[in-house]
Amino acid sequence: MGHNPAAVPVAEAIDRIARQDGGRLLSHLVGSLRDFQLAEDSLQDALESALVHWNRNGLPAAPNAWLMQVARRKAIDRLRRSANLHAKSAEIAHLIELENGSAMADEPDPIGDERLKLIFACCHPALDRKTCVALTLRSVCGLKTEEIANAFLDAHEAMAQRLVRARQKIVRAGIAYEVPGREGWAARLESVLAVVYLIFNEGYASGSGRHLRSDLCEEAIRLGRLLMTLCPEEPEIEGLLALMLLHYARRAARIGASGEILTLEAQDRRLWDRAQISEGVALIEQALYRGRPGPYQIQAAIIAVHAEAPSFPETDWQQIAWLYAELARTADNPVYELNRIVAVSYVEGPAAALACLKPIAMALVEYQPFYAVQADLLARDGQIDQARLAYRRAIELSHSGAEKLFLSERLEALVRGVLTGPG
Amino acid sequence: MKYMALIYMDPNTRTPPDSPEFGKMMSGYQAANEVYKKDGVWVAGDALQPITTATTVRVRNGRTETMDGPFAETKEQLGGYYIFDCANLDEAIRYASLIPHAAMGCVEVRPVMVFDR
Repeated sequence: MGHNPAAVPVAEAIDRIARQDGGRLLSHLVGSLRDFQLAEDSLQDALESALVHWNRNGLPAAPNAWLMQVARRKAIDRLRRSANLHAKSAEIAHLIELENGSAMADEPDPIGDERLKLIFACCHPALDRKTCVALTLRSVCGLKTEEIANAFLDAHEAMAQRLVRARQKIVRAGIAYEVPGREGWAARLESVLAVVYLIFNEGYASGSGRHLRSDLCEEAIRLGRLLMTLCPEEPEIEGLLALMLLHYARRAARIGASGEILTLEAQDRRLWDRAQISEGVALIEQALYRGRPGPYQIQAAIIAVHAEAPSFPETDWQQIAWLYAELARTADNPVYELNRIVAVSYVEGPAAALACLKPIAMALVEYQPFYAVQADLLARDGQIDQARLAYRRAIELSHSGAEKLFLSERLEALVRGVLTGPG
Repeated sequence: MKYMALIYMDPNTRTPPDSPEFGKMMSGYQAANEVYKKDGVWVAGDALQPITTATTVRVRNGRTETMDGPFAETKEQLGGYYIFDCANLDEAIRYASLIPHAAMGCVEVRPVMVFDR
């Protein structure tokens, strides 16, 4: 080995390992230590130790195996130093046995992959959703705590506390470190998918400005790909990945010149990422072919129809209306019906759509998009005064600056349209 | 692992004992108890007398002070409990969701603390 290795490349190599293999290493450690916090701390110890040793001697032949062995020793050390040494003696014995069984292997990467267990633990429905998101980003994706804190505009200390509490709950509440069996599968998978989609939306909904946010989208897509590798032939996983890819393909067209969010109608479709769209479309077709549709697949199919339309007016609205009707059957959510009505308006006209709006008005009385849709339909139907009222109500109910701006511009355009209109 | 399931209910929506719903609720408890016993997870379980029978006890400066009623007015009140012995939280949640009051009030599931010897 070179006797004067530069410090920077070693630190970089360690960062890269932590990002690329951190989840796999941690999943393996949690498996043998049976203690989430101890595994996390020991891996951190091992990475710090690597910085010292690798700077001195260069990278070992099998860095991951090196890290695992050191992490196990650090764990033994931590257990020995703990206040209740007596109670921990059985665990220490178990670890020493493991340690003796694993001669410093020459095989490059003897570490098993238990990331699926790790993902199911991190996304357990008994943890609150924000905690699941943070824990998944930290433990599975290997993001640093301060990166996660930044992404959520949280103080570093508060985020670190949240992660510690979550790991303690996993151990103390007896959240199993295993892939759920058939009985719990559907509900637990639903929770995992919801967390991944939440990570994606956290990045996507926030708009352009902040660099880290688009990282969150890419992290979510990476998680989707990982899940697909770990449990192949699960159509809802394919559906979710397709959905994220198809949304993300439009990112460059989504934000206007002054930072405003552009609707599908206003987007320049030449800016859409065609390669990503093809991948998403192929995935959703593969998923639907399995004949077990679910909400993520249907949402992806809707976006796929949009993605393949050459222009807004040329969209297959009939197909979209039908897909929203299917989606509404998976969950009692009037928002799906609202979207179906929008599609209907492009097939049967605004008057027919307005008639469909009445039955869901009660359920959506405080819902901003309801009034935005109603305003748009009224304007297209020539009921300008009514449309203005609806826009004003929508602006009142909106909490986002970008959204208020968008709605105000619509309202203004309506007023201008009336002033310069015929007659 | 042992888990305690604390059953909370709104006393204003209590099922009156002379209603047909009451019989249905009681047979729900009976069915749940049978499952717990059959699966070997039952450790303990009781219903509590209403909160109007409660006495709050505090010891201050070595003196025992008592007070009529609950510590604080809350909408949902503790009405009973179970202790289950289960392999993990998922199992505990599954058994807790068989408790009829999970469908009316709510059930809080907490692991019982084990002190290191």
